[in-house]
Amino acid sequence: MKKLLLAALALIASAPIPLSAHAEATPSPPHQEWSFNGIFGTYDRAAAQRGFQVYKEVCSACHPVKHLFFRDLAELGYNEDEVKAIASTYQVTNEQPNDQGQMFQRPARPSDPIPGPFPNDQAARLANNGALPPDLSMIVKARDGGPDYVYSILTGYKDAPAGFNLLPGMNYNEYFAGHQIAMPPPLSDNAVTFADGTSATVPQMAHDVVTFLTWAAEPNLEPRHRTGFKVMLFLIVMAGIFYAAKRRIWATAH
Amino acid sequence: MAQTRLSATSRVIRWIDFRLPFVGMLQRELYDYPTPRNLSYWWNFGSLSGIMLVVMIVTGVFLAMQYTPHADLAFDSVERIMRDVNWGWMMRYAHMNGASMFFALVYIHLFRGLYYGSYKQPRELLWILGVIILILMIMTAFMGYVLPWGQMSYWAATVITNLFSAIPLIGQNIVTFLWGGFTVGNPTLNRFYALHYLLPFVILAVVFLHLVALHRFGSNNPLGIDKRGPQDTLPFHPYFTIKDLFGLAVFLLIYSFFIFYAPNFLGSSDNYIPANPMRTPNHIVTEWYLLPYYAILRSVPNKLLGVILAFGSIFLMFIVPWLDTSPVRSARFRPVYKWVFWLLVIDVIALGWVGANPPEGLVVTVGQIATLYYFVHFLILFPVIGKLERPRPLPASIAAAVLQGGRATALGAAGAPLAEP
Repeated sequence: MKKLLLAALALIASAPIPLSAHAEATPSPPHQEWSFNGIFGTYDRAAAQRGFQVYKEVCSACHPVKHLFFRDLAELGYNEDEVKAIASTYQVTNEQPNDQGQMFQRPARPSDPIPGPFPNDQAARLANNGALPPDLSMIVKARDGGPDYVYSILTGYKDAPAGFNLLPGMNYNEYFAGHQIAMPPPLSDNAVTFADGTSATVPQMAHDVVTFLTWAAEPNLEPRHRTGFKVMLFLIVMAGIFYAAKRRIWATAH
Repeated sequence: MAQTRLSATSRVIRWIDFRLPFVGMLQRELYDYPTPRNLSYWWNFGSLSGIMLVVMIVTGVFLAMQYTPHADLAFDSVERIMRDVNWGWMMRYAHMNGASMFFALVYIHLFRGLYYGSYKQPRELLWILGVIILILMIMTAFMGYVLPWGQMSYWAATVITNLFSAIPLIGQNIVTFLWGGFTVGNPTLNRFYALHYLLPFVILAVVFLHLVALHRFGSNNPLGIDKRGPQDTLPFHPYFTIKDLFGLAVFLLIYSFFIFYAPNFLGSSDNYIPANPMRTPNHIVTEWYLLPYYAILRSVPNKLLGVILAFGSIFLMFIVPWLDTSPVRSARFRPVYKWVFWLLVIDVIALGWVGANPPEGLVVTVGQIATLYYFVHFLILFPVIGKLERPRPLPASIAAAVLQGGRATALGAAGAPLAEP
């Protein structure tokens, strides 16, 4: 009887949600292979560096990464000089005015946040047909499906099926809710040239930039995985010791 | 009152204990404390909940040192904790998942109480204090969820505070008073932060009262019969300290798995989008531990009635000791209640499922049936079953049931495991 109850519980918990006409049209994003998945998952540095290049040369035309600093890039395997060199290609406004009381521009330093393409949301909307390109530093954590979803959006552009009422200025994307996405297809083959000779196909670039964006959203994933393994191991040993002690102590009681 | 035996013989400790009888109290309540010898692992969840409360306070205090309670800065300050504060990610994930773990432990603790009739005479006040703790926990968790000021934070705050607008005549004034303005905004965030820091200490105080009430008569037990003498009990230490420690290690394994390998599994991805008053999320859902109440709220077409029933579903717990008319505590000896209990478990899980899904089609029907059953269960089945059911005969004593009824034959039989009927 208990088994029957458990089975009933499992059935209730796993019962499929009755899909509305709106929801059934959006397929769930297929699972991809990611270096950061699993208990020992780490970020593939080469992929993340290529992904940063894709972000810098393509995505950053419209999307900021508000929570990233240049100094953070050191975690992707860039050395101090490389980080300084990357930072110095950007111009930022100094936090404090100069001796004449004027705000002034200077090359960015590693301690600066990576500046976005627009000074504010209004300017971003003006340049993008009224749509606001979201901040990408959290995008992987801010969408159901995470990296698989972002990958699917980047590779999910198609011609609208016959009879689909695509609004002007919108684009058809298989994985976007409602299929109408304001962002035009961002990636095309050979949109960037990778220094390591990797062929810049759309799936390759999407894979690399999602690796970069996952790192941007969860920069502490590697220490988290490492610490977790040690903690779990410790707890398994402790549980074993406590259980043995419990058996021993209770042996005289019953 | 009998003089407490002090195992600590240090003169300093004796000197202190003579003036401040604290060591003696610990000796009496944590060391010698006679505990029914037949407690199962379901009795671990009370101490686990207490430990979890301490974990939440400790991680919360560290988070508070780095968090900025301002509508413009809160979201970024949480991200700063996640990225730049040493071990900030661990504190934050431990606190975030700790809330879920705390509720899971307390819900198991509560259902344990329902199954074994732990709320019955003479433990009614113990039970009522527990319900007060649950209500305080819900308030604390809700206000804590608002603090990161993400999309779901903001809209959960809007939806829940708006429930009070259902009160006739003065509802809207109450909502404005709660908000400290005419919409959820910075004053709301500030007061929620202040209260979120305060309430855990109120919970701690009520937990203390809960323990005082518990130690008045001691734990209930799986047989639900009173302990009649020393043969029915074991001293708390080492028998139950070691049992609790083993349970703690197992619990921490599960908790750690969430912290380190699935930290966002129980949360909503929408809460990583900064709060935007101009854009409502597609589906506003609560955290999993509030879904059943949310389902009851949405199952009633009338807003005021929905609010009354959602709150009523918790307040109903206060009168459970008097709704249950059965003189027998443990469901083991109650042939009908034993199965009806599982109907309630299924019902609450069904309500959780309803709360998680958009209210359309089958979800609405299941929600209304489950809501109806919830109230029928407590208001009709509880008193009626208690009157009509013929309980099975109770064992003469705990010792008789455990030591003679089981495989072990006598006290001191080495190696024989506790026989679980």
